[in-house]
Amino acid sequence: MFSFVVSRILQALPVMFVVSLISFAMFAYVGDPVSIMLGQDFTEAQRTALVHDLGLDQPFFIQFATFVGNALQGEFGLSYRLSRPVAELIADRAPATLELAVCAAFIALAVGVPLGVYTGIFRHSWLSRFFLTFSLIGVSLPTFLIGILLILTFSVWLGWLPSFGRGDVVQIGWWSTGFLTWSGIKAMILPAITLGLFQLTLIMRLVRSEMMEVLRSDYIKFARARGLSNRSVYFGHALKNTLVPVITIAGLQLGSIIAFAIVTETVFQWPGMGLLFIQSVGAADIPVMAAYLMLIAAVFVTINLVVDLLYYAVDPRLRVGRGGH
Amino acid sequence: MSLLQVKNLRVEFPTRRGTLVALDDVSFDIAPGEVLGVVGESGAGKSMTGAAIIGLLEPPGRIAGGQILLEGKRIDNLPYEQMRRIRGRQIGAIFQDPLTTLNPLYTIGRQLIETMTTHLPIGPGEAREKAIGWLEHVGIPAARERIDSYPHEFSGGMRQRVVIALALCAEPKLIVADEPTTALDVSIQAQVIAMLKTLAREKGTAMMLVTHDMGVIAETADRVAVMYAGRISEIGPVRELVRHARHPYSKGLMDSIPPLDRRVERLQQIDGSMPRLSAIPKGCPYNTRCPRVFDRCYVERPELLDAGTTRAACWLYAEGAPQGASV
Ligand SMILES: Nc1ncnc2c1ncn2[C@@H]1O[C@H](COP(=O)(O)OP(=O)(O)OP(=O)(O)O)[C@@H](O)[C@H]1O
Ligand code: SF4
Ligand SMILES: [Mg+2]
Repeated sequence: MFSFVVSRILQALPVMFVVSLISFAMFAYVGDPVSIMLGQDFTEAQRTALVHDLGLDQPFFIQFATFVGNALQGEFGLSYRLSRPVAELIADRAPATLELAVCAAFIALAVGVPLGVYTGIFRHSWLSRFFLTFSLIGVSLPTFLIGILLILTFSVWLGWLPSFGRGDVVQIGWWSTGFLTWSGIKAMILPAITLGLFQLTLIMRLVRSEMMEVLRSDYIKFARARGLSNRSVYFGHALKNTLVPVITIAGLQLGSIIAFAIVTETVFQWPGMGLLFIQSVGAADIPVMAAYLMLIAAVFVTINLVVDLLYYAVDPRLRVGRGGH
Repeated sequence: MSLLQVKNLRVEFPTRRGTLVALDDVSFDIAPGEVLGVVGESGAGKSMTGAAIIGLLEPPGRIAGGQILLEGKRIDNLPYEQMRRIRGRQIGAIFQDPLTTLNPLYTIGRQLIETMTTHLPIGPGEAREKAIGWLEHVGIPAARERIDSYPHEFSGGMRQRVVIALALCAEPKLIVADEPTTALDVSIQAQVIAMLKTLAREKGTAMMLVTHDMGVIAETADRVAVMYAGRISEIGPVRELVRHARHPYSKGLMDSIPPLDRRVERLQQIDGSMPRLSAIPKGCPYNTRCPRVFDRCYVERPELLDAGTTRAACWLYAEGAPQGASV
């Protein structure tokens, strides 16, 4: 078990290495931080001093090593645009994105799995057809359009929910949460649905097809032949066997929810990391972009690790070391 | 009274190109504790008969006629929930491939315990003790230690023993065993069958045993039913049928078995192949291959007729059959 985790972490290292190399290359070669930071008027002496301060006169690999060393300590330098430490900016914005992503993932799983089970069992029912048609819409409409349609309906026409922002937040240590105020919760609903809808339909379709596959299997026939109740056959035996692929996809989807929160955050002016990233792209704020890139990579790697551990928990066949005979 | 009665069973599959009749006018009885062997070529309808009895025909297949009675009560038209209570409790089933019949994600103990607690008025603790007992009965060594193992930790033969324990653990009166040893290594087939036979005898469990292995039939069954193209072509006591089959098809089938006591140069094979369901000929379904075919066989379909000690669906045993027909 321990060695399994260690080997997975070792496998993740090259990925993180490549991502940091890309981030660093962006840092070092895209745009010219010196001229951005100095502005229009500067002397050659000022310029040399800044180049030295930033370490830009060092050889490539020393610069890279310094970058990685700093990154490991959460140091990504100063934002060109806001002249504040990048780590601080990200820490400010991360709670908004993470809360949004968790809500979206929760909606996707809490609605997608039951709908998938239902449509997988009652394949030909009228309701299943309705859900499938609805899921087709979820898959085919682009996220920003869904967001705009929701805003139009619930904010503009009905006036029930806010169309932008996070509402009032409560500060708990460095974490700011929107879950503790009524306006924060109301502000969460539309963005979370927008962000989660695509994953919801994806998970529903995945669970459905896995469910149909598993229900044809011999062990399900045998479970029926043993006279087990429908509940036990569907939820005890069938659903559990669909879990391995569902965990994979759901895990990857959670990663992309965080990564692609950019669109939703832009539509709803949600003060999260995605919005920060978009604003940074506009201003060629390389340190923020590099830090964001590495953070997203770290999130994906972590999720992959968790997914592998969940496999291990679900499927006894992966647990080696107890041989049969 | 018979434990199981199958009367004029007809199973249909509606398809786009018309209705296929997979079983037609199948009738037989099984007495308490009796073992009925069922043989016949691939596609004859053996598994279909078993599936109809346990009420698990795969849609769109459906019972279109006839009756199935267990201890005199009809079970072919029960609502799903009532039939579910009969499955496992009154009629157990053993499937062919032990590698796929056990849920890979649960321990064998859990699967045994859930089967027993579903049907019997016992708690999980008691069920666990009984489960260990059943694993010992079916010949799993070190049952107490191995009860918490997963299916993949057992060999094929051991897994089939677990499947048999699962089929028997709620003590059903009838077991439908569909080729229980076909998927196993030849070297352990005999052991598993012997174990199954002994257990069934001890518990007084009747069995419908589908197999391609005539050796198994000869050793295990009390009576044999021979199926052909969705119908029973001959049924009777095992000794009679194996030695003196009356129906030309059964004869052909028995002649294709290698005798245990002497060597033969070449086994007799029946020429031709069984017709597809969509192309079953008028009259006797065997008339395309039968060496004894005569004019009546093309016109009318034979019912099961008295043929001495067995009953055979063959016009040779009707009044007015051609001279020298009966054996
Ligand atoms: N879903 C289906 N639709 C149409 N015909 C089917 C379907 N399932 C089975 N059949 C047909 O029903 C007939 C009986 O099949 P069955 O499985 O009972 O044969 P069997 O005697 O068990 O053969 P085997 O020895 O190969 O197991 C076969 O001709 C088969 O092609
Ligand atoms: S009825 Fe005719 S064709 Fe059929 S088995 Fe008897 S002799 Fe052969
Ligand atoms: Mg079969």
